[in-house]
Amino acid sequence: MSVPTIAVDDLRFAYPDGTPALRGIDLHIHPGERVALLGPNGAGKTTLILHMNGIHMPQQGTVAVSGLELSQESVMEVRRRVGIVFQDPDDQLFMPTVREDVEFGPRNLGLEGPALDRRVDDALEAMEVPDLVDRPPNHLSFGQKRRVAISGVLAMEPEILVLDEPTSNLDPASRRELATALNRLDTTQLIVTHDLPFAYEMCPRSVVIDKGAIVANGATAEILGDEALLRQHRLELPYGFSVTPNA
Amino acid sequence: MAGEHVHALYRHGESALHRLQPQVKIATAFLFVFAVVATPREAFWAFGVYATILISLAAFARLGVRFVATRMIVEVPFVLAALLFPFIAGGDKVQFLGLALSENGLWAMWNVLAKATLGLLTSIVLAGTTDIPAMLRGFDALRVPRVLTAIMGFMIRYLDVVLGEFRRMRVAMQSRGYNPSWIGQAKPYATSAGTIFVRSYERGERVYLAMASRGYSGHMPPSSIQAATARQWLVALSLPVLAWAIAALAWVAQ
Repeated sequence: MSVPTIAVDDLRFAYPDGTPALRGIDLHIHPGERVALLGPNGAGKTTLILHMNGIHMPQQGTVAVSGLELSQESVMEVRRRVGIVFQDPDDQLFMPTVREDVEFGPRNLGLEGPALDRRVDDALEAMEVPDLVDRPPNHLSFGQKRRVAISGVLAMEPEILVLDEPTSNLDPASRRELATALNRLDTTQLIVTHDLPFAYEMCPRSVVIDKGAIVANGATAEILGDEALLRQHRLELPYGFSVTPNA
Repeated sequence: MAGEHVHALYRHGESALHRLQPQVKIATAFLFVFAVVATPREAFWAFGVYATILISLAAFARLGVRFVATRMIVEVPFVLAALLFPFIAGGDKVQFLGLALSENGLWAMWNVLAKATLGLLTSIVLAGTTDIPAMLRGFDALRVPRVLTAIMGFMIRYLDVVLGEFRRMRVAMQSRGYNPSWIGQAKPYATSAGTIFVRSYERGERVYLAMASRGYSGHMPPSSIQAATARQWLVALSLPVLAWAIAALAWVAQ
């Protein structure tokens, strides 16, 4: 089997006050996969993804990105390989113009000149927002902000794109445009979401996490078709929506 | 909606003044204001020339009378303070409409009003033709420390976000019966200011996380600076040179 893009093994983490947040997580994501990470609020989803690029360091267990184990020495390379798009695009877009913002990551990698320009153009093109390049972020619509934020991460050419609640606060049309753009990407993706229909549409595989442990890992259709499992972990499909396993 | 105030200082346009590299404009404006300040207050004609130059530039950049006039309002507190000078300064008095006005005070008032107005007019022309990202690049090109320009950039970027939060909070308060015109209800404003502070602090941490996730390790990447041509510098700097010549002439003529 290929070297997993993300290999999390027996990862444990407790907050400074001793509250356990992750109780032994094992999760492998392979190149080209698109995986949904589901779970109720407070399940440990965000804590888990903050381990994937070394914002949190494992207290116990290991995280490896394409075979490179996360450590103090490897953290910068890990951050290049794992691109996290956070929930609030206003946190992510901090530079005065879209161009400068998308340049931020590649510049930190030492790129300049035509190579830098190409990265910026490609990243904005991939999210279908090349015409926003000279706009200040505060003048964009919410959906535009979200796609520019993803471009800023794509410009680092990560091996895996981790999206935290990518559909939150989007109107249905923006959600649709986002889905189209993400569907077109070849990059491996981990999508953290409460939006179960979005997970169903985008991700062949889903992982359910609750109270800091993985409670289900398998085909999205199987998981979303298992009513008992969903109910047990405070997950709900929207009214009128149902998934038949093996469909 | 949100954001208008940030851009309220800039008027989009295509004039040569808009296209001039920002570092050139900033340096020119700075040196020009220096000449204005250094001019003796008795040289009325010199101030007339400065005003003519600035008004021509504003007209050339098509800033519009209304645009400039509304942005001059910021000077009002200074005008009010200056108007007091003739009443409170000592020395010889002159009679005007039955009022005894100090001669020194009148001169001081004129000096402050003329120079402040010209300085403000200069900055309105500068800001009206240079948008904020360009202004920041201009400071970078003039070798202002990157950490300062980065702080300015963050401040401008998040001013909108924070004001938006404050606005939403006020709407939420009003929706539950809060009437801000009643002075006895000042407390919720103060409390919400505290809340905004804490929220901004937390946002700062999240922004830092997002920066660290994109490879930030303590140094802002340099901004992409476009060099100005020698011709641009030459043309632009002829303006402060002219102003300095006028100031010098005014001193000699005294």
